[in-house]
Amino acid sequence: MNYLGIKPVRPRVAIFGFTGCEGCQLQLANGEEDLAEFLSAMRIARFRELSSADEEAYDIALVEGAVTRGDEEERLLEIRDRARVLVALGSCACYGGVPRLKNCFDPVEMNHEVYGCHPRESLPTRSLREIVTVDQEIPGCPVAKVEVERIIQHLIWGLPYRFPAYPVCLECKQRYILCRFEQGELCLGPLTRGGCLATCPRGGLGCWGCRGPAAEPNYGEFIAIARQRGFTLREIKERLSFFGGLEVTP
Amino acid sequence: MLFRILDKQEFHSLVDLMLESTEVIGPKKIGGAVDGRPIHQYLPLFNFHELDLEYETTEIPAKSYFLPYLENLSTWRFTDDDWSQEIAYRLHPRVILGLHACDINALLKLDKVMTREFFPNPYYISRRKNSFIIGVDHHPCRGGFCRSLGTDTVERGFDLFLTDLGDRYFVAIDSERGFTMLHLVTVRQVTQRDTDDYLAARQEIASGFGPTLELKQLPRVLDLQFDSEVWRRWGAKCLSCGSCAAVCPTCYCYGVSESVAMDFTRGAKVKQLYSCNLPDFAQVAGGHDFRPERETRLRYRYYHQHRGFLEQYDEPKCVGCGRCGRSCLAGINPPEVIGDLLAAEESS
Repeated sequence: MNYLGIKPVRPRVAIFGFTGCEGCQLQLANGEEDLAEFLSAMRIARFRELSSADEEAYDIALVEGAVTRGDEEERLLEIRDRARVLVALGSCACYGGVPRLKNCFDPVEMNHEVYGCHPRESLPTRSLREIVTVDQEIPGCPVAKVEVERIIQHLIWGLPYRFPAYPVCLECKQRYILCRFEQGELCLGPLTRGGCLATCPRGGLGCWGCRGPAAEPNYGEFIAIARQRGFTLREIKERLSFFGGLEVTP
Repeated sequence: MLFRILDKQEFHSLVDLMLESTEVIGPKKIGGAVDGRPIHQYLPLFNFHELDLEYETTEIPAKSYFLPYLENLSTWRFTDDDWSQEIAYRLHPRVILGLHACDINALLKLDKVMTREFFPNPYYISRRKNSFIIGVDHHPCRGGFCRSLGTDTVERGFDLFLTDLGDRYFVAIDSERGFTMLHLVTVRQVTQRDTDDYLAARQEIASGFGPTLELKQLPRVLDLQFDSEVWRRWGAKCLSCGSCAAVCPTCYCYGVSESVAMDFTRGAKVKQLYSCNLPDFAQVAGGHDFRPERETRLRYRYYHQHRGFLEQYDEPKCVGCGRCGRSCLAGINPPEVIGDLLAAEESS
């Protein structure tokens, strides 16, 4: 018997990485409990962390990382041509992520700071959707494996996936996690899309907004609340801009 | 109702005996807020000294022991051309110790919804029937407005209810199992002096309350002030985070989703408590949204608390515990919102 009457087909999946830490790819190899089942649900066409396969034909491309070089852009266009479904994997691919921070600085100075007197080609950081059509985004730094599993299942069933509309706060309450604001910390939980199971607050750290905005972020009230609690506008803006997924209103 | 006197030493022995034989949940200090205020939660106790009956309130109500935030309703499995499911109700007995009157009143309200409706909730009933409730009297807490709603005292819904008389507890017994439980230790009959001390203790608690809100007209005022700018003003502050409903001891709205294993042959139906302040709460098939604005959703929450529930169950849903106001980062709290509405009605 099949779930919802849909017979699961095993899609050919290829995984690529651009500018980023490769941590999201690593997450795909995590979760040993059902790793075998996860990998059995697909045929790996390319996944350098787990397989030596390197096939040019695939249905789903999971692309991690932001685009910061010309050759990355060309490769992305090629992947878009080949893949039936292109998935942006992780906050770098979805929003530019941490690499996007360099866009706030002068490119020549930035290059010199990193590469010294051996400058390298480096374009302003862009997310995937600034270059190609993206069919599905999976934000997170890193992505949550349970969410990746759910999304892969929906791709297999051909059903749209619905992210939680609620922010992280609800997931803190569900887990008896004390409000980080109440502990005197800045936390982007009230703005940020839930679904991470409040991993950072659970570990004692305020949210940094890696998953981008919840369905209806109330930026104005949030900034007022944070300022009331003694955080400076600069601190708040820095936090908001960290992963590139949230609006940084003046 | 029967009354007995329980010396504090005997109470200690009673808790020790309970700890030996069953799970005991009670108020436990788990840390402090940045303003120095201690933070308590109802958590499993491992020894008597973890129990802090002097607590003011908890962040999370005891609701989660009856209506868990996340609850596995059933697990299912597909075979070749058939399927099977397993449903497990929680049947292990447990003691929930140290509930305040507001939280027991909250359980009485949930009882109406969960046990007396056309479709009773078997998950709730199994937890409720297997929970031994010991309440405790306390001084008014900051942000609470239970007295305005008549929930500062409670007459039923518990097994035992304690009032501190210094070296001993005045115990109200409201169930046979409560009476039987007291056989485990030594209790004595109530003397005139105990009664006098009890009434003095009750009087002292009652005198600690600040001014109360006049809520008799509230259901009518809610209808008269349906389009009030009060909703726009408070609604603009709402973060749509759902914390208010999560920490509410009587909010019971939920959603159900399926969690399917990666082998596509097994899965679970998972219930998640939800909140009417969350953006997609009133979204229906086809994408239509009955309450797309923050202010509409906030208003709806107040209507259910103080008008809709009253229509259905003859009393407001709110018990005035003040948790929603304390947990709201934007400072949206019922005494102020309701105060503004009553003031708007008076000036109109």
